[in-house]
Amino acid sequence: MHSKNILRSAVVAALLAAGAAQAGTLTIESWRTDDKALWEEVLIPAFQKKYPGVTVKFAPTAPTEYDSSLNARLAGGTAGDLITCRPFDKSLDLYKKGQLEKLNGKKGLENFPASAKVAWETDDGKDTFCEPIASVIHGFLYNKKIFKELGLNEPKTTDEFFKVMDKVKASGKYTPLALGTNDQWEASQIVYTSIGAPYWHGEEGRKALINGKAKFTDAGFTEPFEVEAKYGPYLAKGYSAQTYADTQNLFASGKAAIVAAGSWDIGYYNQNAQGFELGAFPPPVPKAGDKCYISDHTDLGMGVNTKSKNKEDAYKFVEWLGSQEFADLYTNKVTGFFSLSSHTIAVKDPVAKEFLDWRKSCASTIRVNAQILNRGTPNMENELWNINSQVINGKMSPKDAAARLQSGLAKWYKPAQ
Amino acid sequence: MKRTFPWHIAVFLAPAFVIYAVFSAFPLIDTLRLSFFTTSDSGAQSWAGLLNYHTLLGDPNWSEGFWNAMRNNVKFFLIHMCIQNPLGLLLAALMSTKGVKFAKAYQTAIFLPTLLSVVIIGFIWQLILSPLWGVSEKMLGWVHLQDFFAPWLGQEETALYTLSLMSVWQFVGIPMMLIYAALIAIPDEIIEAAYVEGASAWRIFWTIRVPLILPTLGLTTILTFVGNFNAFDLIYSVKGALAGPNFSTDILGTYFYRAFFGYQSQIGSPTMGAAVATMMFLVILGGVAVYFYFIQRKLQRFSF
Repeated sequence: MHSKNILRSAVVAALLAAGAAQAGTLTIESWRTDDKALWEEVLIPAFQKKYPGVTVKFAPTAPTEYDSSLNARLAGGTAGDLITCRPFDKSLDLYKKGQLEKLNGKKGLENFPASAKVAWETDDGKDTFCEPIASVIHGFLYNKKIFKELGLNEPKTTDEFFKVMDKVKASGKYTPLALGTNDQWEASQIVYTSIGAPYWHGEEGRKALINGKAKFTDAGFTEPFEVEAKYGPYLAKGYSAQTYADTQNLFASGKAAIVAAGSWDIGYYNQNAQGFELGAFPPPVPKAGDKCYISDHTDLGMGVNTKSKNKEDAYKFVEWLGSQEFADLYTNKVTGFFSLSSHTIAVKDPVAKEFLDWRKSCASTIRVNAQILNRGTPNMENELWNINSQVINGKMSPKDAAARLQSGLAKWYKPAQ
Repeated sequence: MKRTFPWHIAVFLAPAFVIYAVFSAFPLIDTLRLSFFTTSDSGAQSWAGLLNYHTLLGDPNWSEGFWNAMRNNVKFFLIHMCIQNPLGLLLAALMSTKGVKFAKAYQTAIFLPTLLSVVIIGFIWQLILSPLWGVSEKMLGWVHLQDFFAPWLGQEETALYTLSLMSVWQFVGIPMMLIYAALIAIPDEIIEAAYVEGASAWRIFWTIRVPLILPTLGLTTILTFVGNFNAFDLIYSVKGALAGPNFSTDILGTYFYRAFFGYQSQIGSPTMGAAVATMMFLVILGGVAVYFYFIQRKLQRFSF
């Protein structure tokens, strides 16, 4: 009896050891719950065709919970092998804590331009810890049916933008601009950092802020506040209690002419727009003939957990993420997320293609505060959400907004003092 | 005579003691411990003494937000005290009067929201109050009050009150049930004797019933206090962790969440979060201590 038990446990132990040695299982941590089906049905099978025998599990957590639950799992040693990386400091923090592997010289990385890798490098640019996957582009979507009915054209300058909205308002049938301030992030991420880029000349202004050569109180950073302060009368009634879901419903149901959006919205509106075609235009420029700039934000990367038991396969996966095949699949299947690799990709969705074509005619930049400026207290990202919502709500003047941002930055950031 | 150690007592106490120690006492003590440490960039924790408290209360970047959250939390609590509990008392009194038809049905209906998830409550009320497709404006129109309609959840001046009232709506069933149970436990003879003496129903309520249920009223007060200062979920589900507009709905729970877990690009700090959690604990401990020292003791003496 006794010896039988020992034998049985020995067999079990041997089986377990064999299972571990066989390895070949990868788990991906991600916040893209929306893409779960796509990963499971398209991307992972495509990877497995190339690398048979590797089992990949896509295990996403809701976006708002992702950072906190990922931190807990990493600390507890139960996180997956591959970690989807937020851009800049969130991931840099993980790397500094020794939770992400250094990817220097790993295969696949050579397929990305330096501008794409910036979001996942140490400040001195020496170490890379995540492989870039995709970016999102901010812009305005509009209802082609309403534009046709009212005889409107895509606005190029800020003045034209307001003229178009005036005409929509005068018709009395539609809300000119779908935008709410209840959730706050839209006011910062898809309004200020998007419409502001042409005013502060994209990268030029962003880098000047980091070097301390420019201030938020300069005209280039204050004027966008002045523009958004004029939005109020063109928004839906009670916009201060309008959530992002409300905004999406309002525009999809054909009751609003324009929506301040990002490329990630294209997929949603393609499915939900009721009886109208989508059009898109980039953030309007201050004066006719000015150069246009777009917020082409590096949003997603992929890193390897230092505690992964299967790093060999994880690196294979990372290598595959840099392939033409992945870039093509990702860009075309996840509409509105654009591969950051240097491969040329044919985009099939017409609206997504339009967004991507802006890269040719406009200069790209990333969200103005994303690099370095978010590190102190008060946190710049939270400040931007709060301040921009207040400016659009008409509760804070553009001047005060700029002054508060600058003084908040100067509190901890030496170059800004 | 040698007495053996009463093992059976230890055995019977063990499950409750172990569960309490592992899931309640240990995390609490560890939180207190953690609040005296600081986290470096590499994630290593080192002893820092009272540094976190000094930052929390002395650095305007932290203290302004903290006191704002504290003020909002006090308002949140006062609204519950002034509306939820009197309303609970009123409802309980009405239900316990003899001859009320459908009393059980009302009880169930009023208690039902308490059982629903806060996320659902938040979502339903957000829809009802929505300026775009909510029904509230139309319903106000029926009584010609549509001009009073405003995006209550979106205005700095009204958002906190609106959220408090949503919470009152959800939880009014709890004081109602507790008080109702106390009211029907009062022996009928006392009421009948008072009735025979010629006391009016009003007088009976204020001079006989209310004094007899004072301990229960005290209990609901303390439950409301503890619940409100630990509140988080309703604000988080309706306004997000940034508790807008302009932090007007930020309470200690949401403030703690941002400090501990971080939010968006704000990186969370377990040690700073522990300091905030300890402050919340101290506030609640203080409130409960004051209550037990000055009120509950008197009430006990009163009722026996």
